Amino acid sequence: MYAFDFEKPGSIADAVAALKDEDAQALGGGQTLIPTLKQRLAMPSKLVSLTGIAEMQGISKAGGEIVIGGATPHAAVADGVAGDYPALAELAAHIGDPAVRNRGTIGGSLANNDPAACYPAAALGSGATIVTDRREIVADDYFQGMFTTALDEGEIVTGVRFPVPEKASYMKFEQPASRFALVGVFVAKYADGVRVAVTGASEEGVFRWSEAEAALSSDFSPAALDGLSVPADGMISDLHGSGAYRAHLVAVMAKRAVAAAG
Amino acid sequence: MPKDHGIGASPKRREDVRFLTGAGNYTDDINIHGQAYVAFLRSDVAHGRIKGVDTSAATDMPGVVRIFTGADFEGVGGLPCGWQVTDRHGEPMQEPAHPVLAQGKVRHVGDPIAAVVADTPEQARDAAEAIEVDIEELPAVIDMKAALKDGAPKVHDDLTSNLCYDWGFVEENKAAVDEAFGKAAHVTTLELVNNRLIANPMEPRVAVGDYSRATDESTLYTTSQNPHVIRLLMGAFVLGIPEHKLRVVAPDVGGGFGTKIFHYAEEAFCTFAARQLARPVKWTASRSEAFISDAHGRDHVTKIELALNGDNNFTALRTETYANMGAYLSTFAPSVPTWLHGTLMAGNYKTPLIYVNVKAVFTNTVPVDAYRGAGRPEATYQLERVIDKAARELGVDPIELRRQNFITEFPYATPVAVEYDTGDYHATMDKLLEMMDRDGFDARAAESQKRGKLRGLGVNCYIEACGIAPSNLVGQLGARAGLYESATVRVNATGSISVMTGSHSHGQGHETAFPQVIAEMLGIDESMVEIVHGDTAKTPMGMGTYGSRSLAVGGSAMVRATEKIINKAKKIAAHLLEASEADIELKDGAFTVAGTDKSVAWGDVTLAAYVPHNYPLDEIEPGLEETAFYDPANFTYPAGAYACEVEVDPDTGKVTIERFAAADDFGNVVNPMIVTGQVHGGLAQGIGQALLEGAAYDENGQLLNGSYMDYAMPRADDVPFFQVDHSCQTPCTHNPLGVKGCGEAGAIGSPPAVVNAVVDALQRAGREVTHIDMPLSPARVWAALNG
Ligand SMILES: Cc1cc2nc3c(=O)[nH]c(=O)nc-3n(C[C@H](O)[C@H](O)[C@H](O)COP(=O)(O)OP(=O)(O)OC[C@H]3O[C@@H](n4cnc5c(N)ncnc54)[C@H](O)[C@@H]3O)c2cc1C
Repeated sequence: MYAFDFEKPGSIADAVAALKDEDAQALGGGQTLIPTLKQRLAMPSKLVSLTGIAEMQGISKAGGEIVIGGATPHAAVADGVAGDYPALAELAAHIGDPAVRNRGTIGGSLANNDPAACYPAAALGSGATIVTDRREIVADDYFQGMFTTALDEGEIVTGVRFPVPEKASYMKFEQPASRFALVGVFVAKYADGVRVAVTGASEEGVFRWSEAEAALSSDFSPAALDGLSVPADGMISDLHGSGAYRAHLVAVMAKRAVAAAG
Repeated sequence: MPKDHGIGASPKRREDVRFLTGAGNYTDDINIHGQAYVAFLRSDVAHGRIKGVDTSAATDMPGVVRIFTGADFEGVGGLPCGWQVTDRHGEPMQEPAHPVLAQGKVRHVGDPIAAVVADTPEQARDAAEAIEVDIEELPAVIDMKAALKDGAPKVHDDLTSNLCYDWGFVEENKAAVDEAFGKAAHVTTLELVNNRLIANPMEPRVAVGDYSRATDESTLYTTSQNPHVIRLLMGAFVLGIPEHKLRVVAPDVGGGFGTKIFHYAEEAFCTFAARQLARPVKWTASRSEAFISDAHGRDHVTKIELALNGDNNFTALRTETYANMGAYLSTFAPSVPTWLHGTLMAGNYKTPLIYVNVKAVFTNTVPVDAYRGAGRPEATYQLERVIDKAARELGVDPIELRRQNFITEFPYATPVAVEYDTGDYHATMDKLLEMMDRDGFDARAAESQKRGKLRGLGVNCYIEACGIAPSNLVGQLGARAGLYESATVRVNATGSISVMTGSHSHGQGHETAFPQVIAEMLGIDESMVEIVHGDTAKTPMGMGTYGSRSLAVGGSAMVRATEKIINKAKKIAAHLLEASEADIELKDGAFTVAGTDKSVAWGDVTLAAYVPHNYPLDEIEPGLEETAFYDPANFTYPAGAYACEVEVDPDTGKVTIERFAAADDFGNVVNPMIVTGQVHGGLAQGIGQALLEGAAYDENGQLLNGSYMDYAMPRADDVPFFQVDHSCQTPCTHNPLGVKGCGEAGAIGSPPAVVNAVVDALQRAGREVTHIDMPLSPARVWAALNG
């Protein structure tokens, strides 16, 4: 690690101010950022911790939506939404290990937008709204490719609003070493249609599988996906699987997610 | 009733109290007043010529004490290799120099180029980043077969090629083996890869060098399985420090698995720098550094052929193996694919003719050396895979094919130079069948099928050779060390005992098991015995712990020393009891005159030895302390039979292990609980090799999975609840305890069981898959299913 200054503000306004310094960076649970610092792959001048901000913590309900504070750790989501949104709770409950789940935050995960992370699939699959210190961004506009989002410099994810679906499920096929998603598929059925979001697979990061959405919107059953597939082109190919393998897994996991959603 | 103390009892491991409560004393816990810290600047290219190392900017940075480069080690010895292999033509292997810091060239990613000593670890790292290295990158050789082609770039310019040696064993048998293949009724051929593994002990390597100007003594604290070996190699060959001025301490060590046997550059560096600077110098590896500087394991590419006659008896076996040495020869690297591998190729079978060819190759990768099992897993894997393939080709039961070829008479001299003293392979196979419920397999397979899964069953045997010995024989085979073990049994005045052993404990539970042996022999309580190890200043010259040798060799030394203690104590007791020595019996911690009720307690005898008022001073010396060095007459040969049941998900290729049974013959067992634990650990590592692990290099020599994000270690939910049995016991005939060694068996016997099971599952489902290379990752199994 290189040396850096540290601040732990108590309000979003103070955090925004603190982040105005050159090379200042937000710190959520540190589960991605701290290992990066240890490897000396980042050199922030100042870390601004968001975990002391009460308005960014916790879970509430408003207008048929679940609102999760941006600094809420995964374990709190796993517990807090188990009744209202079990698929989201299950997803949170299978991120990393207990230490990761008790430190890592939903805001950090969405800001980082790792192409193999789980939350991006839930946010995109639910048509969630990302709330920041300055605006609201719908998920369809928010994710802009691997590790890239619509966030501006110094912009903080203060919360996420999830519309609650009729049915949903997340199926994650784990990469054997990291246990991030080699392929993860989030399927959610709403009154106005079905959303299918895929993580882990594409070189462009999380994406919606629109063909599957159309098929499932008219018939919400695994069989509706028979014969559908995503092209292997543009899928990640690495030590853990070829693009063709990942493309194949997308269809398998999508069917399993539909079956599990019931 | 199970025993509650002594040999055969299962007391909990006494060392676990300190390990589990955070009171262990690991090398990184050692901090010496005034110590400085080292950061190594390591090569980020696999092969290159060093044109210049500019340390000028770095030298002026805050806290920098001194920066060392390869030039500082000119005139200092290189890291020695402890084993010289002689090739098929009677020529010695090619042995390149291995400087402490790179000189002239870098040869693998991670090769240390410079070392910064600074006041803090961060300052050392800052300065290391400021060193400017001018490297002309050269093409790297990664693939072994490509490395042997004419015109391939040479890892070492001064060697004739990248071939370390071309070894034939037994060379004289080659023609007869070829002839037998000509006459065979059936020949089964299999080409396979034994994947490169990274040991990843939980504790990374650490070295602390210290130097006293007052006494001219150097001390090295290090994460080692064998401190005396390090003292010998580093003192005599690298730094030229005589033994009486060099102390090596290996305190609590958090796992070794072989990779902490070897003498590493960082150890020599810290000892050297501490002398130069007259200041303690500490280095702690990061996990990332461990991936590119700890010796790796395995990495063989093999073609094996098995010849059978019309009755399905094995008539001959022939193998050709390419063994990766990496960029330099690690301490015992040359011995692993030869004497620890070729000698095991008979397995449990009476194949009369065997020829093993091994080509050891230099490549621009991290050096490869012994890793849990070392050579024996490679031998077992190919043999048990080819037998399985033969059974399928012939349409016979794989268990029956094995049984009909079992060695049944002992001692048995194999055609690969070793003599098995004892064993009963049918007994372990019978026990395995009892454990694995073969009859229930079909019902379980049907149930799996209902859930869309393919179930398969894999069975195999293994034989191991532990406690490599005797020293005069291994000397003829090229070892540059003896392979005895030592023990000093120091009985204190009040009867408590300190045992100084050359065996090192880093997870094996010696501190619990060894006292059980001594307590049994003396009839005293185990709590009276303390094990002292890991410090050259405290223990006699010992060879350390590897190759499942500690109880068989180190334990035997302890028995011999304790026998001497008993002899002397009986003389003292005879004097105290005014009886003839011949009539003295030792039982339950008291010396009795046979046939009488006259007795003297253990503590009275030991007190007399140190307060010799009433004592036969004209016959024996005071004191009660004895040392023994034990050099075994032969290896020990544990053996067993393993069964694995898997489920394969045909949609994803994911393999899950549903059942695993291990029937082992370890001879006599001192602490059954510890033995079970050793087997569990070995099985998990073997399953890790079979399903998850495998170091991968790209064509430029970059390690693609140099962190846990990509290198998959086995976790608890990757393995099932194991069924483990070691009730089949044919005691070793040549050591006093009749023990054989259990540390590596699980890692040796399990990979073929897993792969056999997966191939079985696929074939039962009608797929023509005969082999998949490890690790059987979901992607690979899926590709095989859809190939
Ligand atoms: C062992 C391990 C296993 C893991 N397994 C999984 C897994 O299976 N699935 C999965 O999805 N993830 C996994 N993760 C990642 C984990 O979920 C991280 O917690 C998450 O990706 C980042 O969240 P964080 O709060 O720790 O963010 P940090 O590490 O603190 O920050 C990450 C980035 O986001 C920025 N940031 C943080 N918070 C905010 C905010 N509120 N607004 C704007 N920017 C912000 C930071 O500046 C930084 O750039 C794993 C991590 C580890 C260490």
